[in-house]
Amino acid sequence: MRGLERKDFILLAFVTAIALLAPIILNPFPADSPLAQFNAGYPDLMQRFAIYGIFAVGFNILFGLTGYLSFGHAAFLGIGSYAAVWMFKLLTMNVLPAVLLSVLLSGAFALIIGFISLRRSGIYFSILTLAFAQMSYALAYSVLTPITNGETGLQLSLNDPRVLDPVNTSGSLPFPSLFGIKMNAVAEIEALGRVYQFPAGYYFCAVIFLIAFYLSMRIFRSPFGLMLRAVKTNQTRMAYTGLNPRPYTLAAFVISGMYAGLAGGLLAAMDPLAGAERMQWTASGEVVLMTILGGVGTLLGPILGAGFIKYFENIFSKINDNVLHQWFSFLPDGMEDFVVTILHPFVGKGWHLTLGVLFMLVVIFLPGGLIEGFQRIGRLFRRRPKAGKDDPEHHPKPAPHVAE
Amino acid sequence: MSKSNFTRRGLLKTGAVAGAGLAVPTIFTSSAWGFTNEPKGSTVTLGFNVPQTGAYADEGADELRAYMLAVEHLNGEGDGGMLNTFSSKALKGNGILGKKVEYVTGDTQTKSDAARASAKSMIEKDGAIMITGGSSSGVAIAVQSLCQEAGVIFMAGLTHSNDTTGKDKKRNGFRHFFNAYMSGAALGPVLGKAYGTDRKAYHLTADYTWGYTQEASMKAFTEKLGWETVATVKTPVGAGDFSSYIAPVLNSGADVLILNHYGRDMVNSLTQAIQFGLKDKVVNGKQFEIVVPLFSRLMAQGAGDAIKGILGSTNWHWSLPDEGTKAFVKSFGTKYGFPPSQAAHTCYVQTLLYADAVERAGSFNPCAVVEALEGYKFDGLGNGPTEYRADDHQCFKDVLVVRGKEQPTSKYDLLEVVEVTPRAQVEYEPDNPFFAGGELGECNPGA
Repeated sequence: MRGLERKDFILLAFVTAIALLAPIILNPFPADSPLAQFNAGYPDLMQRFAIYGIFAVGFNILFGLTGYLSFGHAAFLGIGSYAAVWMFKLLTMNVLPAVLLSVLLSGAFALIIGFISLRRSGIYFSILTLAFAQMSYALAYSVLTPITNGETGLQLSLNDPRVLDPVNTSGSLPFPSLFGIKMNAVAEIEALGRVYQFPAGYYFCAVIFLIAFYLSMRIFRSPFGLMLRAVKTNQTRMAYTGLNPRPYTLAAFVISGMYAGLAGGLLAAMDPLAGAERMQWTASGEVVLMTILGGVGTLLGPILGAGFIKYFENIFSKINDNVLHQWFSFLPDGMEDFVVTILHPFVGKGWHLTLGVLFMLVVIFLPGGLIEGFQRIGRLFRRRPKAGKDDPEHHPKPAPHVAE
Repeated sequence: MSKSNFTRRGLLKTGAVAGAGLAVPTIFTSSAWGFTNEPKGSTVTLGFNVPQTGAYADEGADELRAYMLAVEHLNGEGDGGMLNTFSSKALKGNGILGKKVEYVTGDTQTKSDAARASAKSMIEKDGAIMITGGSSSGVAIAVQSLCQEAGVIFMAGLTHSNDTTGKDKKRNGFRHFFNAYMSGAALGPVLGKAYGTDRKAYHLTADYTWGYTQEASMKAFTEKLGWETVATVKTPVGAGDFSSYIAPVLNSGADVLILNHYGRDMVNSLTQAIQFGLKDKVVNGKQFEIVVPLFSRLMAQGAGDAIKGILGSTNWHWSLPDEGTKAFVKSFGTKYGFPPSQAAHTCYVQTLLYADAVERAGSFNPCAVVEALEGYKFDGLGNGPTEYRADDHQCFKDVLVVRGKEQPTSKYDLLEVVEVTPRAQVEYEPDNPFFAGGELGECNPGA
């Protein structure tokens, strides 16, 4: 099945199903219920799930397989975004050339940065990549303002050339599109008394995400992937057997850089603006968190982690005291105020705190990330039927009663 | 016998076509006439997008307080605040167009990306009809262009860069706050009067859009006085330690230091400049002076004694004597126990102005609101007679030049108003070179 083993094929099919049905799955609560706050099925967040999923999957190819911890991947995200927006400004509003250029350009940058940074390993490598990313950030923020528009961020304007597109006379900005399908178009379908939204932009991201996921799966299972694992396990031994690890690590670095660039390009395609903050070290740190939270070196883990962090950032940060009071209005007044006071530091602007606590719990109790948690739960359910099965030939003898 | 065109086949055909027309999913019909997030029920949702974390969190917190107060007043709760002094009497305290006002909040983190994500979720998920807030020009510009694309109204909060209503202006976006050019125009003459026309200025500038426009404006207006600009140095935002930037000032031969900083940067750079003893120096036979073009009470509170005698400009101050200010300070003080900042004031006013525009237009449609706000003249909101200019959606009103008080009577009474610069002096043509290059474009109702 397209070079996949049965287990992987099932995984891919599972991810595909989830990705395609996301607008339904992520909207479990009716719009007028108090729990609607937790619905995540609106276009922007779903797009972010897919895009940061790509980012984390790519990062995992480097970090999960070779063990090289890059603290500068946000630089490629930013480069991808800037490249895409420039394509929108100069060439055409079609998203394909934009995304293509962002992948290529970030690949080129990854080659240069990787070539230099990979001369060192361990913490020195991390620091080098961090330095490069901060350098790119500082450049984008101030020195390169003519190219990046500094702090304001690079935006489209009415008098951009856009040589391939017909002249725009409408007086409003065009929107990125795929051969006429606007990325912000939404099809609404009514079913089961609910209105479900199926946004075009999300499905574009989802398809690219699935391709990216499939590619990463192939890399994980390939001899090349095995070499990368060898780098992680014991680089010295690998060198003694006559293999030069450098080309492998550099290839992995460039590939993951291109994944990051792809994510950056998609971000710009969904929302044509590129800001320098995208390159800041916090953004680099975020992808490290995503990968570790979900499970380093696993196929599904980074995607889970990305989803988790984006969910917290976008849903938990929007819960304010007003909402809390609504939820607990069934309690007596004093109780209600008490509960709200207790919960207050953890929601709204305190979402970082909740995420931090969660992250600590995961790292301490589930070192393999969320994915390990799911595996444990899975095992719990799988073992039970096995224990009940009778094997007529091999069963333990009942212990003899001593008193007999 | 009259000839009738009714045939059975014809009737069936017409019926089928009409039925098909009615059966077209409501989305098509509604999208043809409606606009983004048209409020259908008995409530209307506004989106308050403010920095709750990061360097401008203090301003953000104060903005949010003001928004909640505005919602209270719009819904007819509390004492009504500025609704009683506002020159327009369209608002009756029964919500907006009879719909109860509800709100959602979000955290911009003072980052364009996060701010846009937050605004998007308000529009796409919570159905916000208007987005307002922001405490930095970069964020305001980013969110303004998002609102233009999405087809909702953006009422800018605290944003002082010329670009917001200059090269990045948008038809769906409105700014009540003043800008860097107005600061320069108001401060220039006062500086000339206070410090003479033969001065050498040294600029320390926050290294981003707002800093650049602020520096350019101050440079233009001080050079018009006859001042000489010795050097302009960019400092990274959020630097914390400015000592390495302040030390060279002493040896540059400059006798005025202009700090184009805001928020915590300004608090730090000013405090350190005072610690270096700059204010006590005599250079070129003149007393060394420090100028902070954009002042706010929150910053003055942070800088403590360092602000004494420092000149700057501000959009509004709670100690103003007019009725609107008094009413607002009273209801804000009653609710929260301290006077509002200029950020809170501009946000409160923006919310009222939006609600009033909807009420006067009789519709939530962004294009109708734009029409109602363009060229709108009003009074009673704390700044005296004010106009929303149609050419660039900038409010024109008097600007305050303030000085750090030598003898503060309380921890909120830190600034004294030196001069109320009349509107005519800070007004400029829409094609002024500081603002050129942008276009408003068409209004976008979305959907």
